[in-house]
Amino acid sequence: MALGRRNAAGRRAGGTDSDSLLQDGPRQAPGTDPSRSFLEARDLRIHFPTDDGLVKAVDGLSFTLERGKTLGIVGESGSGKSVTSLGILGLHRKAHAKVSGEIWLGGDELISASDEEVRRLRGKRMAMIFQDPLSALHPYYTIGHQIIEAYRVHNKASKKAARAHAIAMLAKVGIPRPDSRVDDYPHQFSGGMRQRAMIAMALSCDPDLLIADEPTTALDVTVQAQILELIQTLQAEFDSAVIMITHDLGVVAEMADDILVMYAGRAVEYGTIGDIFHRPEHPYTWGLLKSMPRLDRDREERLVPIHGTPPSLINRPSGCAFHPRCAFGERNGDLSRTVVPELAEAAPGHWVACHLDPDERRAIRVEQLRLGS
Amino acid sequence: MTATTPADVTGEEHPGGEGETLLSVSGLRKHFPVVRGLRRKTVAAVKAVDGLDFSVRAGETLGLVGESGCGKTTTGRLLVRLDEPTAGKIVFQGRDITHTKGAALRRMRRDVQMVFQDPFSSLNPRHTVGSIVGAPYRLQNIKTEVGIKRTVQDLLELVGLNPEHYNRYPHEFSGGQRQRIGIARSLALRPKLIIADEPVSALDVSIQAQIINLMEDLQNELGLTYVVIAHDLSVVRHISDRVAVMYLGKIVELADRTDLYERPMHPYTVALLSAVPLADPDQRGKRKRIQLAGDLPSPLDPPPACPFHTRCWKAQEVCTVEEPPLAELSPGHRVACHFPENAPHANPEDPRQRDPSVPSEDGVVPKELRDAEAHQAASQAPAPPAPAAGQTEPGPPPTR
Repeated sequence: MALGRRNAAGRRAGGTDSDSLLQDGPRQAPGTDPSRSFLEARDLRIHFPTDDGLVKAVDGLSFTLERGKTLGIVGESGSGKSVTSLGILGLHRKAHAKVSGEIWLGGDELISASDEEVRRLRGKRMAMIFQDPLSALHPYYTIGHQIIEAYRVHNKASKKAARAHAIAMLAKVGIPRPDSRVDDYPHQFSGGMRQRAMIAMALSCDPDLLIADEPTTALDVTVQAQILELIQTLQAEFDSAVIMITHDLGVVAEMADDILVMYAGRAVEYGTIGDIFHRPEHPYTWGLLKSMPRLDRDREERLVPIHGTPPSLINRPSGCAFHPRCAFGERNGDLSRTVVPELAEAAPGHWVACHLDPDERRAIRVEQLRLGS
Repeated sequence: MTATTPADVTGEEHPGGEGETLLSVSGLRKHFPVVRGLRRKTVAAVKAVDGLDFSVRAGETLGLVGESGCGKTTTGRLLVRLDEPTAGKIVFQGRDITHTKGAALRRMRRDVQMVFQDPFSSLNPRHTVGSIVGAPYRLQNIKTEVGIKRTVQDLLELVGLNPEHYNRYPHEFSGGQRQRIGIARSLALRPKLIIADEPVSALDVSIQAQIINLMEDLQNELGLTYVVIAHDLSVVRHISDRVAVMYLGKIVELADRTDLYERPMHPYTVALLSAVPLADPDQRGKRKRIQLAGDLPSPLDPPPACPFHTRCWKAQEVCTVEEPPLAELSPGHRVACHFPENAPHANPEDPRQRDPSVPSEDGVVPKELRDAEAHQAASQAPAPPAPAAGQTEPGPPPTR
């Protein structure tokens, strides 16, 4: 797309200061809404052709995110959370994945941009923290080497300056004695420290967008608390936008401003944290909230599981993908089985994709499930 | 049988009196040797389990919680006798099974079975479901009344699987279904005790609830006794009758579920509970969170005396020299700590014991954790002495 190219050219000529880029109006294409959110995904689709059929891992996802805010993406394994985050970073190989739609990051469109261009943005303006720090860090290189490499790819810095920067970053994420630990290898770090080192690497170029894909799933609960707090502190300091991908509703309740609930590659509910936890509208969200044991409530005699199993992404159930597991799917006759529900605004800023009548939905939520206020 | 010695009473009392003791463990230790050099000289030992005393009553569920590396999985393996204990004693149904071997061990396994964490690696991918679930009958040379196939199909039905899937292979099933296969296999010989090592942690949230409900139904139906090993504190609270908290190979607190979650006494338990993220955005920022400094010390070289003193904000001189015993401070509530929280009247001679700002013992957990003053008061306590091995920085825990 011409727009992406033009931005790239302008960037090459005009230096790399991300803040000036953000405020730089004239580089926006004519007709582009200048009030566009910092990050905006529109009708994002990521499909993988396989021998068994087309896997529609992400199928029409839209969301926005501002700087300084956190978006939580929640869903079961196979719902498309991680595929979405890799898609934003442009980490899907074009030979294997069909990516369509639009992703705007501070005025740059990422999907139509060239590989070269995305590579320059990746690390510099957007970075990722992976779930398993042991496999995301290279075992043959020291922690310092890996941070220095990431820093020098994007910044003109001498090795010495880059090393000083790496030590400063390690200190910032709370690694004791960073000037000696910088020469350690990943295996010499504990799980929590590795995750800290990965955060240091992700933040070494001061990215505007930080994607954390299950950053604490591999960690113990006390370490998890440390890492979540670290992410929040650094987010406030750098004014970054954060996408927090997790299956743990406790983690999103602590971290997120907005929540996107995904099921079978689509958003089933999207709203503020209050919407999702206090006024959930979608039966799948109800299921998630009711099925987990909670420490903040009295112990329930029995959990309410969601029946059945997550759907296949090759043979998605017809109509609403959740209907085979939905306790209320029968109420609309054949509608849930035949028509795919579109994401519609149930209340300002609160979107839900469900065929149930809004009044009926509210009645079920309050009377039967005692969910929300 | 080699081990037909009569029951050795371990001095464990049974508060409440419900159910007889099915399993009792005393002084259980497992040290893994670290060998170096050509002569394979033992230079050190990983003290994975370092002196456990507890008992399990028939029909109850005992939860074992702790962070990774605390020895909970090793404990589970010792109970099923997959690992040989270094020291201590395991008594099951009045028989000492600590060093049982051969045929006697095989006979004991009819009564003690294990459910493993990872349903992907604990089922042989080359065997059909029928062969996996029927294996215990073949191994134990047991004939069933209606034939093994029919029995296995009944078992599959019992755990909520389609009996017609008898000839399918594990890869044809989802994670939750595979965990059901693992449970069916463990039930095949109608055991009395099931050790479940992280039975739901590999599963999605919506599937976790299915498996937890299944385990509870089976317990009621078949009168099973469970030892559930897990790191998820909310799952453990839901499933357990009593809970033991482990830290560096030792039990630091053991109590009834309600007691432990509402009146945690050991500082480590308090810190663990405060670290669990709650699924309620209204709680955000209102809870005081105790952050433990640093990482878990290495079990190769655990801190002397109280293993928690390097990270504890209440630690004092005595904690570095004298190991606190696992003492019963209130009925059925045992704690290994010199300065327990929420303690009713233990150690009255210690002036710090009754801190007026510590919440009363009938405060429930979330309320108690929200209480800012409790932990501020705790963190204003004199700074603990410098840790022995330079593991962590001393000082009050950062709270927010």
